[in-house]
Amino acid sequence: MEKKGRTSMAFSLHGIHVPHRKNTANMVAVRMNTPATVTIPMVMHIGKPATPVVKVGDHVDVGTLIAEQNGYISSPIYASVSGKVTKIADTLLSNGSMVPAITIESDGAMTSAALEIPKVDNREDLIAAIKASGIVGLGGAGFPTYVKFDVDPERIEELIINGAECEPYITSDTRTMIDNAYDIDFAIKAFKKHLGIKKIIIAIENNKKEAIAAMRDIAIDDGDISVVPLKAVYPQGGEKVMIYHTTGKVVPGGKLPIDVGCIVCNCSTMAAIGRYLATGMPLVERTVTVDGSAVASPKNVVAPIGTSLADVFEFAGGFSSEPGKVLYGGPMMGIAVPSLDVPILKNTNAVLAFNKKDSKPRKMTPCIRCGACTNTCPFGLNPALILDAYENENMEMLAKLRVDLCMECGCCAYGCPANRPIMQNHKLAKAALREYLAKEENSK
Amino acid sequence: MNNSLLNITASPHIHSHHSTRNVMLDVILALLPTTVAGVIIFGMRALLVVAVCVFTAIASEFVFNLAVKKQQTIDDLSAIVTGLLLALNLPANIPIWQAVVGSVFAIVVVKCFFGGIGKNIVNPAITARVFMLIAFGSMAKAAFPVDSVASATPLAEAAETGAISTSLWDLFIGNHGGTIGETCTLALILGGIYLLLRRVIQWHLPVAFIGTAYIFTLILVDFDFVAALSFILSGGLFIGAIYMATDYVTSPATSWGQLLFGAGCGIFAVIIRHFGQYPEGVSFAILLMNILTPYIDIWTARKPFGGKKA
Repeated sequence: MEKKGRTSMAFSLHGIHVPHRKNTANMVAVRMNTPATVTIPMVMHIGKPATPVVKVGDHVDVGTLIAEQNGYISSPIYASVSGKVTKIADTLLSNGSMVPAITIESDGAMTSAALEIPKVDNREDLIAAIKASGIVGLGGAGFPTYVKFDVDPERIEELIINGAECEPYITSDTRTMIDNAYDIDFAIKAFKKHLGIKKIIIAIENNKKEAIAAMRDIAIDDGDISVVPLKAVYPQGGEKVMIYHTTGKVVPGGKLPIDVGCIVCNCSTMAAIGRYLATGMPLVERTVTVDGSAVASPKNVVAPIGTSLADVFEFAGGFSSEPGKVLYGGPMMGIAVPSLDVPILKNTNAVLAFNKKDSKPRKMTPCIRCGACTNTCPFGLNPALILDAYENENMEMLAKLRVDLCMECGCCAYGCPANRPIMQNHKLAKAALREYLAKEENSK
Repeated sequence: MNNSLLNITASPHIHSHHSTRNVMLDVILALLPTTVAGVIIFGMRALLVVAVCVFTAIASEFVFNLAVKKQQTIDDLSAIVTGLLLALNLPANIPIWQAVVGSVFAIVVVKCFFGGIGKNIVNPAITARVFMLIAFGSMAKAAFPVDSVASATPLAEAAETGAISTSLWDLFIGNHGGTIGETCTLALILGGIYLLLRRVIQWHLPVAFIGTAYIFTLILVDFDFVAALSFILSGGLFIGAIYMATDYVTSPATSWGQLLFGAGCGIFAVIIRHFGQYPEGVSFAILLMNILTPYIDIWTARKPFGGKKA
């Protein structure tokens, strides 16, 4: 029954071979010592900021609600340590926006709030439970998970559990699949029972043998679950890439996976759902891979949400050399952060620190039209032409070249011998095109 | 530690470490066996021509950039590649002043006037060779191996008599008349394999070029397999297909485009060889296809995934 979910594809999408550098793949995540303070921003998800419900001076326990959901696409936030709320003030996010954040001074006790195991008897209960858990896409996107599942269950043909983890360095998903397989299984059973999902595909890159074995163990007595090993080619974990490679379905530009009958859910997100359903403990901590050339002893760390990166790096033995660049997430799509004071967020699957040498910007030279960018683009776009069109502010051309389809995987920039700022300009071009199209729409 | 400045850049944060300079260095390394073979076959005069062309190419780019106040680009090594390729496409006995004029033409007129590396629409070395072929009569008088008694290149002989008398082995190791770099097929193939292994080039273009030329020649010589093989081992087909046509700037980007480009080159080269005024047509064929490249790029552009209207 194992390969049941696999459809043979005439062509695989293009991609690139990135170095794996999965140095921490064999390291079971270690719980870090409780940080003295945590700072929890009200935006750790896609959507509206959560609304604080505590005041400075309030005592909170692990799992106490500190901010409630605000609107449909939003997510509640819970205290990750026990202690006292000392500050509620604006903080700078890595995307440049200022949002309120709640600072809690830990009392070191990590006492748990009074928790109730959620009572789930039907579909509505399950959706409400995921909503209340504060769980968002833990693979990096941070989209409120309950929204994905809040659709007519008839529309769901396949639930694809994403265990590709195609970014270099990161192993937090791999460790979760190996060490928390039971939680994933628990969540799958709940979805099958209450949403009636018939087909569950667990997709993992074939360089993660141990994780594949662990997932096969939970699939062994269930014909509805198939474990699909995928080639270890970046960006295998991209949502549309994964849907195509596991089902053969193409998600059209501007549409969601559910429009072709698929829901893609990261494996760590599934594990978090399983844990919440079993224990009632909302999302207050997560597994983070700490690695990079400037880190003394790379490891997987279970960190309370809101812990500063400085504390996390210190737990990983500090720096072996002065860091020149620090990232949220992997080196292909991760976000460079301005300082070590920024906190671990719900969707922070890794924090990487690179030494000065690895952080140096590379020298840009003229495009030699080698075609590496267009030949490696998984979506068949032509980055060199997009770059030209953007520089010439040719919006019609940008629309024609379908820059809107770009998922920002970075394959084009990774292989460019001229070090053109392709990815950076694609992001700008996408925004410029959106603005232009909106203006066109208005003037009609 | 928190006070140290962190570098903020857009993703991706790692790179394949490919660079234009490394690509050019690989091409130079790949051409070394051919250059050595040329010197062994044609003597030290060949080395002089190579040295003059390479030096002139670098110097012209340097002086041009200086004159128009552009940032220096000679460190990308592309001028060396152009000079080297041009030299390998010249007979060893060419007057030195002509080699100098050709190199200046390749770099200044074909490359720099169009905006430098990446902006030229035709291959500098090929275009300079064609220019010299038309401008200087001496280009037609090919050089011959030092101890040779032959009086015509295999293709010139074929144009006269309709057949090539040089043995396949001599054609393969390069023991016959021609330009410095075109005769030793063995060395050209060795360098080509190196470029394939280093992933500097893809197999599509050279294979389509040589394959099409072979099949087309085969038809024209009434399926005489040995005669057709003699034809494709003669002249500049291998150096053209492996090193000149594959120039990134002037050839299509996608695999399909490269197959089309190679096939077009093969057909034009054979047409010119068999029906044209000149005994050799490889340079003209590549030049023609260079001009068609923007169109081939449009015809063979990849279809955006999920680009259809839902």
